[in-house]
Amino acid sequence: MSVGLLYALAGAALFAIGLAGLLALPHLLRKILAFNILGSGAFLILVGLGQRDGSVDPVPQAMVLTGIVVAIAATALALALARQLLERTGRMRLPEDRDDAEVDDA
Amino acid sequence: MNAALAFDLLLIAALVWSAARALTVADLFRGVVLFIVFGLLMALAWARLGAPDIALAEAAIGAGLTGALLLDAVGHLRAKRAPDA
Amino acid sequence: MKHALPALIVALAALLGVALAAALLDLPPHAVRLPGDVAANLAASGVAHPITAVLLNFRGYDTLLEIAVLLLALFGVLALVKPHAATPAVPAHPLLQTLAKLLAPLMVLVAGYLLWVGAIAPGGAFQAGAVLAAAGVLLRLAGLLPAWAAPGLLLRAGLALGLLVFVAVAVAVLGHATLLTYPPALAGGLILLIEAALTLSIGLTLAALYLASTEVRP
Repeated sequence: MSVGLLYALAGAALFAIGLAGLLALPHLLRKILAFNILGSGAFLILVGLGQRDGSVDPVPQAMVLTGIVVAIAATALALALARQLLERTGRMRLPEDRDDAEVDDA
Repeated sequence: MNAALAFDLLLIAALVWSAARALTVADLFRGVVLFIVFGLLMALAWARLGAPDIALAEAAIGAGLTGALLLDAVGHLRAKRAPDA
Repeated sequence: MKHALPALIVALAALLGVALAAALLDLPPHAVRLPGDVAANLAASGVAHPITAVLLNFRGYDTLLEIAVLLLALFGVLALVKPHAATPAVPAHPLLQTLAKLLAPLMVLVAGYLLWVGAIAPGGAFQAGAVLAAAGVLLRLAGLLPAWAAPGLLLRAGLALGLLVFVAVAVAVLGHATLLTYPPALAGGLILLIEAALTLSIGLTLAALYLASTEVRP
């Protein structure tokens, strides 16, 4: 098993963790954390798979560089929207995910 | 099992563990700090994969700037929770 | 029932992870070998570092669209900010202020180095822009830079400069070739020009994403 394939498998694990967190956690900030972990898992798969025979491949590396910048752009916009929701409603959860028994968000 | 493989397995275990803990720990501030740790470990993983450009970008953008944005949001949330603190 | 749903999601995600890992282990050897193509065309690309060549020359269109996406995200964040007088900077501890004043020029120097060395070694516009943005965040945290609620004209010009220069160079070659085909003799200089404009824009945009986020109001 080459280094690339090993990290691609790690990327698969991170992808699963990020996906579970994005869908199962109601708190918006945790969803954003899960989204970032999801993206990092996908990037590891992209580069690891391309380098699974041991060579260094610049094309998927350039794509991941682009992906990292797009990920922070999406994260910044998502955080601004979440903070806007917090200012308007006082909660960091979407209305359908709210359970009135839960008060502590931080 | 040589040293490189042992290092890789340890790094991957730390990556998966910090990612899982960042999402499940009760305190949000600790979660964000764990996420920054995850970002820096990712920079190490990129270095192991022979991608120094991505390692630089991940450390600066993925861990640093994203971490700053998230910490600012956590601070905003805490200030809203305790407005007279 | 309410607590069964998260467990079900975690179980399904774990199943997806296992299926993905099985698929990754089952792949045949490569059908397309790109590193050879990149190395063969590296001399004609204008730079000596393969990743910079791929980013700015071979896959330049992707980078062009990426800068546009980054700018769009900034527009989104600025749209959520009500135009009002920006929060004045709260001066921090004098030690932090002194440290920030010492470090910020050094960070600009490091950004310049990363930009320049991107042609021959790991580096380039994105890393340099990220260091510039980090300098901006540091100055903000030290209380030396106010938050941006409504960027002025000079700032807007800086934010748009990267995309405009990139599009200008891309369109300028349309007279005698397809979009973004640099003439091989000028490729190195054009790439440096585009990267310099990109560094400024990326640094300002990433710093603006942080600085404007603090001003989000309903």
